[in-house]
Amino acid sequence: MTTLNNTITSAFGGDAKQDTGQYPTPPIPPFDKGGAGGVTAYQVPREWFVNVAKVMKTADARLVAEWATDESPFGRGFGIYACYAKDSEYLIVKTYTPLEDPAFPSLTKKFVSAYRFERQMKSLMGVVPVGHPDLRPWIKHEDWPEDAYPLRKTFDASKPMPRVKGEYPFIKAEGEGVYEIPVGPVHAGIIEPGHFRFQAVGEDIINLEERLGYVHKGIEKRFETLSWKEGARLAGRVSGDSTVAHSLAYCRAVEATSPFIPLHEGDRGRLPERAEWLRALMLERERIANHLGDLGGICNDVAFAFLLYQFSILKEKLLRTNHKIFGHRFMMDRIIPGGVTVDISKDAKEEILAEMDWLTNEFERLVTIYDENPSLEDRVRDAGILTPEKAKELGVVGFVARASGQNIDCRIQNPFPPYNIIVPKITVLQSGDVHARAWVRIEEIRESIRIVRAILYGLPDGDITVKFNPPSPDKAGFAVVEGWRGEIVYWIHSGALGEINRCMVRDPSSVNWIALEQSIHGNIVPDFPLCNKSFNQSYSGNDL
Amino acid sequence: MLRILHQIFRTGIVTEPLPSAVEAEIEGTGARLEEAVRRRFCRSLTIRQVDAGSCNGCELEIHAINNPIYNCERFGIHFTASPRFADMLLVTGPVSRNMEIALRRTYNATPAPKLVVAVGDCGYNGGIFGENYASLGGVGKIIPVDVYIHGCPPTPAAILRGILRAVEK
Repeated sequence: MTTLNNTITSAFGGDAKQDTGQYPTPPIPPFDKGGAGGVTAYQVPREWFVNVAKVMKTADARLVAEWATDESPFGRGFGIYACYAKDSEYLIVKTYTPLEDPAFPSLTKKFVSAYRFERQMKSLMGVVPVGHPDLRPWIKHEDWPEDAYPLRKTFDASKPMPRVKGEYPFIKAEGEGVYEIPVGPVHAGIIEPGHFRFQAVGEDIINLEERLGYVHKGIEKRFETLSWKEGARLAGRVSGDSTVAHSLAYCRAVEATSPFIPLHEGDRGRLPERAEWLRALMLERERIANHLGDLGGICNDVAFAFLLYQFSILKEKLLRTNHKIFGHRFMMDRIIPGGVTVDISKDAKEEILAEMDWLTNEFERLVTIYDENPSLEDRVRDAGILTPEKAKELGVVGFVARASGQNIDCRIQNPFPPYNIIVPKITVLQSGDVHARAWVRIEEIRESIRIVRAILYGLPDGDITVKFNPPSPDKAGFAVVEGWRGEIVYWIHSGALGEINRCMVRDPSSVNWIALEQSIHGNIVPDFPLCNKSFNQSYSGNDL
Repeated sequence: MLRILHQIFRTGIVTEPLPSAVEAEIEGTGARLEEAVRRRFCRSLTIRQVDAGSCNGCELEIHAINNPIYNCERFGIHFTASPRFADMLLVTGPVSRNMEIALRRTYNATPAPKLVVAVGDCGYNGGIFGENYASLGGVGKIIPVDVYIHGCPPTPAAILRGILRAVEK
């Protein structure tokens, strides 16, 4: 698939220079089916950055991420990056701005998802998206000093910042009977913190504005002080519920910068197959456990506590098996650059297979109860609708996208072994309501159980690690992994000494949060917790 | 409806007696916890959980102590939506700069005498996030902490044990 490549070269010819230097290898060697999995990078003059976006929009591409780097150690000013995707193709477009004039043309009017990316770039790197309609800070709260740009190399991150006076102007609604409900950052349940500002008339919600950033821990800056190996531990804690997916995406990005040294004659010089398959095994187990938890949570939010407790029993059993076999209930720190830290025995294999039989049996019984309950159906159908048109426009990913008619899953579009052999069956629904988001999860649990079984039947023998070489200076690596929430993107860049110069993290939540705002109009305030749970986006993964 | 009743009878009571759910060395934790809650809190210990910057890992395990297998409610432990009703704050960290004020306000809104339990390695010293412009480190740097529960994240059994340590203090 080279649609985007062709589009950019035919529109800009030689002015769009392909950047091969920074990307030593395609992230994974081409597969039999069409060589999916690579990323191509182009460099364009600054004023063309938005023209490329225009062309990409016409080519029906999706804006995956937009970010900035401080490349002053290489004497290049700030790097501005945009990543686009269409089908199995990912394309990175970059441009540079000089340090003394840190501005670039905004893409927000072309792609809605650029809206928060660019506010964040402005807030944390101090690069100005010219033409952006709303430059209120994002993640950066009102009491930060205005000139604090933590991602710049000149910023001393080790010191606490002073608090200054400031106010965050929320969007207002006025009129007879309109009132505001501020919620958070500390919420009523056992969940992460964030602020929601509702404008309502009676029970009907007119508008919702999210304000996040409360759990900003300086993760991206923290990466720059860690070794490549420690980075995997930090990636595993970007969003604790997606620890496998995040550490996997990080490791794949790191591995992409640095080809493995073949250990002996005939060595493929790449990750052992067994390691890849074990990674996928953990990824699917993480998906099942989280989806089970969410289904219980959705039922609980319509006061059907019975299914909450039933689903949470299934989840707990899975976590205990994880603890027994992988040594950690969430399988944290089991994926490292160059492989995995834990192998499974023949007995463990049998145990997981038996567990999957048990799970199928128990799960299907609960699904029947879910499906047959009219009072449950009455609440979940037609609540929190995200239409397929909006989903496409917002560029959402993961089960949120698949519940709203978008056929995106990077296990299909950007597969790594074993997904090139064990191809997941993707469920796409059109209604985009709470029910659709729940039902997509049900189908994904069924499919993941099948994949887990297939992995165990076909698990290749061999090593589980290979010697990993840290990247040489000024190399970039890119990877996408389909976590249970959706597409997780990592882009890393090595510095002059081969250290981490920049690690860009894009959790699915960074694009999906805004879809919650867009799906809530016209719903009633008491349905908000239900709608929110059906999205269940990460605060920590968004705030970094 | 019949299916629901059938499933309820099939499932029975899955709640485990605590000693079998956790290591042998804390045998009796359940009984001691129940006794302490009964004696010191008139049979009901009410907890307000505050995520002050966690990655959500600790929250998953705090959820788990509410599931039918650990079933913390049998010891009289109950999670509340408001700090005004709380006897104990269960705080996860590291405390982010953007949550510092909210955490202090929650602490001040909790009536004295109050217990504070910090959950997880990050709640202890900031964990892998350490201390920087955005992360202020452990919970103890912001509010007084009675008990720390280590682990990344601590298991549900470890969290119950930590709560016991706090109420026995």
